[in-house]
Amino acid sequence: MSIRLHAIGKHFGKTQALEPVDLDIAEGELVGLLGPSGSGKTTLLRIIAGLETADREPGGRILFGERDVTHLHVRDRRIGFVFQHYALFRHMTVFDNVAFGLTVMPRKQRPSSGEIRSRVHRLLEMVKLEHMAQRYPAQLSGGQQQRVSLARALALRPDVLLLDEPFGALDAKVRQELRRWLRHLHDELNFTSLFVTHDQEEALELSDRVVVMSDGRIEQIDTPDVLYRRPANRFVFEFLGDVNHLEGSVRNGVLTCGDARLAVDLADGPEELLLRPHEVELAEKPAAHAHMPVTVTAISPVGAEVRVELAADWLGEPWLATIRHADYERLALARGVRLYALPRHWHRFPAERDHQPSKTVATTS
Amino acid sequence: MQRIGDAPAVRRLLITAAVLLAALFLLLPLVAIFAQAFARGVDVFWANITNTYTLAAIQLTLVIAVLTIPVCLVFGVALAWLVTRFRFPGRRILQTLIDIPFAVSPVVAGLVYLLLYGRTGWLGSWLDGHDIQLMFAWPGILMVTIFVTCPFVARELIPLMQAQGSREEEAAVTLGAPGWTIFRRVTLPNIRWALLYGVILTNARAVGEFGAVSVVSGAIRGQTNTLPLHLEQLYQDYNTVGAFASASLLALIALLTLVAKASLEWRAARREDHA
Repeated sequence: MSIRLHAIGKHFGKTQALEPVDLDIAEGELVGLLGPSGSGKTTLLRIIAGLETADREPGGRILFGERDVTHLHVRDRRIGFVFQHYALFRHMTVFDNVAFGLTVMPRKQRPSSGEIRSRVHRLLEMVKLEHMAQRYPAQLSGGQQQRVSLARALALRPDVLLLDEPFGALDAKVRQELRRWLRHLHDELNFTSLFVTHDQEEALELSDRVVVMSDGRIEQIDTPDVLYRRPANRFVFEFLGDVNHLEGSVRNGVLTCGDARLAVDLADGPEELLLRPHEVELAEKPAAHAHMPVTVTAISPVGAEVRVELAADWLGEPWLATIRHADYERLALARGVRLYALPRHWHRFPAERDHQPSKTVATTS
Repeated sequence: MQRIGDAPAVRRLLITAAVLLAALFLLLPLVAIFAQAFARGVDVFWANITNTYTLAAIQLTLVIAVLTIPVCLVFGVALAWLVTRFRFPGRRILQTLIDIPFAVSPVVAGLVYLLLYGRTGWLGSWLDGHDIQLMFAWPGILMVTIFVTCPFVARELIPLMQAQGSREEEAAVTLGAPGWTIFRRVTLPNIRWALLYGVILTNARAVGEFGAVSVVSGAIRGQTNTLPLHLEQLYQDYNTVGAFASASLLALIALLTLVAKASLEWRAARREDHA
């Protein structure tokens, strides 16, 4: 079922946790709400669930499909909600946890106890925990608890599944595993889901589309690919990965910063360029378009690429470059080696909508 | 490695002092109560216990306790729920108000109730006009007992419910559970031991309360005398054995309370180990 929000905002006392936002999520989509803490993503999720009420604004609407749920109580919204810390009923067995939603239905709609039993067992099978049915939550690992909480949320066949930092409390390896597993489950059962995360990698890997939020605002809504390649603004760019800064002044098509020079096709004036680590190449000699001497200060060869930290007098903060293992061997990198950085590509956000509204900004595209 | 202050001499001295104090101030009086109660034999003890006035006092005390507990239970749970699950202006003030009965001397509480509900009191004169007598009758005793005991359940529950948070209840409501079902199936099982503990403390205090009750009861033998008041009267009448027979009953209730409390704590500790 699709989710549509129109002009949904929230104040806590006098502070605005969420500016009025619009959001459309198509049926069957898996959407991530990504942002730093305090960006309003959890508030937005809880408003959709009905655990928090939005500000009463004339146009504010929440629709599930064609159903207007704006003023509907949580228990009537038919949502599944997965909490960050699982929120399992600690005094009930795994079985009773999953069965809870079915057993509290009004007597007339409630399935027979036999049917409840078979449905719960099917759900436990799905989350691969049949053999744990009689255990208590405290006897399970974090990953297992989160799977129980997912089975519990799906027991009532909700229209939408909402997950609040579902993997936030788990260690890296379990998180990876559960992430993949959730994606499979989503593709198989095809419910509409919305999840909150502060982990860029998680959002980009798991979602069909990502909603990037900061300061109670939606900064960009796009597919992970577009988000990464064409960030709408500087915040999105900086939030989605490591960033190297290059500040200097441009004169006659050359950006100068200390003893570093880079040919750029820009008008004269102060300039700040941003580069991803993989956009920085390393070479033994300067190139015609770039003369940027750097010294290697740290190397981390773990993973698919080698992460190299670079320092120089002209750099305020050290740069990070990721290079292929083959290049790493060819250049015979070691700490203290002097090299030249060659930017392959760079980004700039001159038309920055600044977070301080007092500053005026130019409107270049 | 030796801890600070863990010299053998220091240790022995501290242990001896603690044991001696406990024996002198706690154990000896307890033994004395039972020794005095049975000083003139079991028959005299029994005669004193089964005396009409003593039986009436026992009965009144139990009735007051039985009526107080449910009131405090409902009040305590409702208050703890309100304070830990909702944010509203005045929440902190309310949390402070709960402690008033702890802070105020029970005698003062009794006097205030007398001032308010006595025959010439502010509300009492109106009640008197309608032929309702609260003071110097059992309703007055019940009222001050509730006043004195009402914080116990709430005080036990608030820290626990604060620590547990409301996530489980939120989970239950997203699963479609109505409010009463959530309370019965999610909240109550999580707080039941603390609740029982609060009830035990409430009961102990309700049975033993003297100060507040003595002001509003009027101490009419066989009518408005609770066990502690009766005991005091017997002692004033130089009926030492009778007084100590009643005292032994109160002491017995106290011992049972301690056993119940200890077993609850033991259970709680064992449950923690399992978790």
